Amino acid sequence: MDLPTIWFLAIALLWTGYLVLEGFDFGVGMLLPSVGRDESGRRTMINAIGPVWDGNEVWLITAIGAMFAAFPAWYAATLSGFYVPVLLIVVALVFRGVAFEYRGKIDSAVWRRRWDAAIVGGSLVPAFGWGLVFANLLRGVEIGADGVVRSSLLDLLSPYALLGALATTALFVLHGALFLGLKTDGPVRHRARAAARRAALVAVPVVGGFLAWTAHDRGTGVPAAVAAVALLLTAVGCAAQRREGWAFAATAASIVAVSVMVFGGLYPALLPSLIDPAFGLTVANASSAPYTLGILSVVGAVFLPLVIGYQAWSYWVFRRRVHVDAA
Amino acid sequence: MDALDLARWQFGITTIYHFLFVPLTIGLSVVVAALQTAWHRTGKTEYLRATRFFGKLFLINFAMGVVTGIVQEFQFGMNWSTYSTFVGDVFGAPLALEALLAFFLESTFIGLWIFGWDKLPKRVHLATIWAAAIGSNLSAYFILAANAWMRHPVGFEVNEATGRAQLTDIGAVLTNPQAWSTYTHVLGASFVVAGLFVVAVSAYRLWRHRDADHEMFRKALRAGLLTTVVAGIVVAASGDHQAKLMAQDEPMKLAAAEALWRTEAPTGFSLFAVGDVEGSRNVVNVQVPYVLSFLATGEFTGEVEGIVELQERFEAQFGPGDYVPNVPVLYWAFRLMMGLGGAAIGVGVLGLWITRRGRLPERGWTYGVAMLALPAALAANIAGWVLTEIGRQPWTVTGELLTAASVSPGVSLGEVAFSLTTFTLLYGALAVVEVRLLWRYVQAGPAHVTPTVEPGARVPAFTY
Repeated sequence: MDLPTIWFLAIALLWTGYLVLEGFDFGVGMLLPSVGRDESGRRTMINAIGPVWDGNEVWLITAIGAMFAAFPAWYAATLSGFYVPVLLIVVALVFRGVAFEYRGKIDSAVWRRRWDAAIVGGSLVPAFGWGLVFANLLRGVEIGADGVVRSSLLDLLSPYALLGALATTALFVLHGALFLGLKTDGPVRHRARAAARRAALVAVPVVGGFLAWTAHDRGTGVPAAVAAVALLLTAVGCAAQRREGWAFAATAASIVAVSVMVFGGLYPALLPSLIDPAFGLTVANASSAPYTLGILSVVGAVFLPLVIGYQAWSYWVFRRRVHVDAA
Repeated sequence: MDALDLARWQFGITTIYHFLFVPLTIGLSVVVAALQTAWHRTGKTEYLRATRFFGKLFLINFAMGVVTGIVQEFQFGMNWSTYSTFVGDVFGAPLALEALLAFFLESTFIGLWIFGWDKLPKRVHLATIWAAAIGSNLSAYFILAANAWMRHPVGFEVNEATGRAQLTDIGAVLTNPQAWSTYTHVLGASFVVAGLFVVAVSAYRLWRHRDADHEMFRKALRAGLLTTVVAGIVVAASGDHQAKLMAQDEPMKLAAAEALWRTEAPTGFSLFAVGDVEGSRNVVNVQVPYVLSFLATGEFTGEVEGIVELQERFEAQFGPGDYVPNVPVLYWAFRLMMGLGGAAIGVGVLGLWITRRGRLPERGWTYGVAMLALPAALAANIAGWVLTEIGRQPWTVTGELLTAASVSPGVSLGEVAFSLTTFTLLYGALAVVEVRLLWRYVQAGPAHVTPTVEPGARVPAFTY
C-alpha cells in the first residue's frame, strides 16, 4: 500500500472517530428540549457529555488538519467549494462550544434557555451539514481542470445530498438517545428510551434509503450498507431488552459501517468532478509528497494510539451514570 | 472592494480576536496549575480557593480561545484555497502535528480537570491541569512554527511540475530561528498578559473589597507583578533578537516599521515621524542616533537598508510590483507594541516597589493603573501581530507567494461578505458576553470551600 492510500485511510479513521464520538454528543444536544424537559433533566444530559465533548471535537480538528497536510488540494477545494455549509457548521460549533461553558455560569432561566437554544442549533447544524458535505463528496461537484469548485449552494442541495444530511441527523439522534440511556438515570433515562424508539423509526428507513441509493449509483458497497442497517436494527433490539451498552455499541458500529461505505465508495477519488472525470481530485493527484506523508505517518503511528489511550481512560473515569437531583 | 479585500479583513479580524484569548489561555493555564500545586503541597485552603477562583475565570476565557481557533483552521481552506494548495505540504504538517500532539492533550485533560475534582485522586487531578497547560503551551509552538515559515520559509523546495511547495526538511521548519525567537517572544508576552490579568483582578478586589480575602489577593497581586516583570524581561530580550532576524530575513518590514526610506549607516531609532509616503520621505523625524543600527545589526554603525533601495532590489529579483507594506500602520504598530509593552513592565516594577514589605497603596488611582495595564498589554500583543502580519505584505509566503494570488478563486464577493458579517457580529456579541461573565465572577470573588479535613477529601466538580 502506498503512502497516499495509507493517509486516505488515516483520514477516514479520524473522520470515523469524529462521527462516532461527536455523533452521540450532537445527538444529546439535539434531544435537549424533548428529553431534558426540566432544568435537572437538561443538566443531567449536559453533564453526561460534559467531560468528553471537547476531546471528541478534536477528532474533527485533527481530521481537517490531516486533510490540509496530506491532501492540500482536497482540503482547499472542499472548504472553499462548500463555503456556505462549512461556514454555518463552523458558526454552529462556535456557539455550541461557548454554550456548554457559559450556560451554567449565570443562574437565570432566560440565560440558560438562550444557551440551550445554542446547544440545540449548534448540534443540529453540524449533524445535518456534515451529512450534506459527505453526500456531495460522493456525488461529485462541478470542479474544473483548475481545481476550482463551481457548484452553487443550490447544486449542493440535491435530493440525494439532502437525504444524506437527514441520514446523519437521524443517526446521531438515535446514537445520542442510546448514549443517554446508557449514561443517565432517572426520568432522563426513561425519556431517552422513548426518544430512541421514535428516532429509530426515522433513522432506519432514512439511513437505509441513503445507503441503498449510494450502492445503486456506485454498484458497490452493498455489504457495508446491509451491515449498517442490520446494526441499527440490532441496536433497537438491544435497547428494547434494556441492554443499553450493547445498543450503544451497535449504533457506534453502524456509524463505522456507514463511514466504510462513504470512504470506500469515494476511493480512489477524493472529490469527483461532474464536469469531466479527469478533473476530479484523487488520492494520487492531490496528495502531499512522500516526505511529508512519511513524517506524518511516524508521528501518527506513535501518538494516535496514545491519544486513543488517554481518551479511553477519560471515558473510564466518567463511567458512572450521571444523576442530578431536582433542585 | 473585492473578495480579496474582504478575505483580508476577515483574516485580520478573526486572527486578532482569537489572539485576545490565546495569551490568557497559555499563561493562565500555568498560573492555575501552579496555584493547585501550591494547594497540593501546603494543604492551605486559600490556595484551593484561589485555584477555583482563577480556574473559573480561566475556563470562561478558554472556551473562547478554543472556538475562535476552530475558525482559524477552517479559514485557510475557505478563503485562501490557492495558498492552502500551494503550502499544505509544508504548512499543514505543523498544523496536523499541533492537533495530534497538543490539542488532543489540552482538550481531553481540560474535561478531566473540570469534571474530575471528585472523581480522581488529588495527585492525578493535579496532573490533569498540568497536562492541559503543557498542551496549550505546546500548541502555540506548532502554530508559531507554521507562522514563522511564512515569514522565513525554510526546509522546502517548489516542485516545478506541480507548482507546489514541498517539504524537504521538517527539522529545519521546526527549528527555524524565527520560530524559536517568535515562540520565546509570544510566550513571554502571554505570561505578561496572564500576570497582569492576575494583577488587575487582585487590584480590583483589594480596592473594592478591602476586607474580604485581603491577604489572598495581596499575595496574588505580588505574584502577578513578579510574573509580569520576569516575563517582560524575556519579551524585551527576545524582541531584540527578533529585530536582528527581521533585519536579516525581512528587511522591508524593518525599514517600513522604522519609516527608513533610504539606506543609512549609521542610522538612528525614530521616536516620532511624520511621513510623506508618496514622496518616500519623512517631513519630521525625531531620532535617537545609532540605536537602530545597533538593534538591527548589533553594531552602532551598522548599515540598515531603506525602503527605496529595497523596492529596487525586489523589483530586480521578483519583477515589477509594489513591495512596500503599509508604512504608517507598521511604524505606529511598532511604537505601540514597544511603548505599551514597556509600560506594562514598568507597572510591574513599580508595583513590586509600592507593595514591598506588606504595604498596599492608599490612593485609588494606583489601582486604576494596575487595572489599565491589562488592556494595555493586550493592545501591545495585538500591535505585535499587526506588525508581523502586515509587515509580511505583499507576500503570504515571503518571496514565494503573493497575498493577491493566495485567495480562493471560486469564492464570490457575496460569500466572503456574508461570512465577514457573520463573524463580526458573532464575535462582537460574544465579546460582550465574555466580559460580562468575567466581570460577574470577579465581583463575586472566591467562593468559600469547606476546609479539607482528611487528605483524600473530595472537592465538588465544576459543572456546566
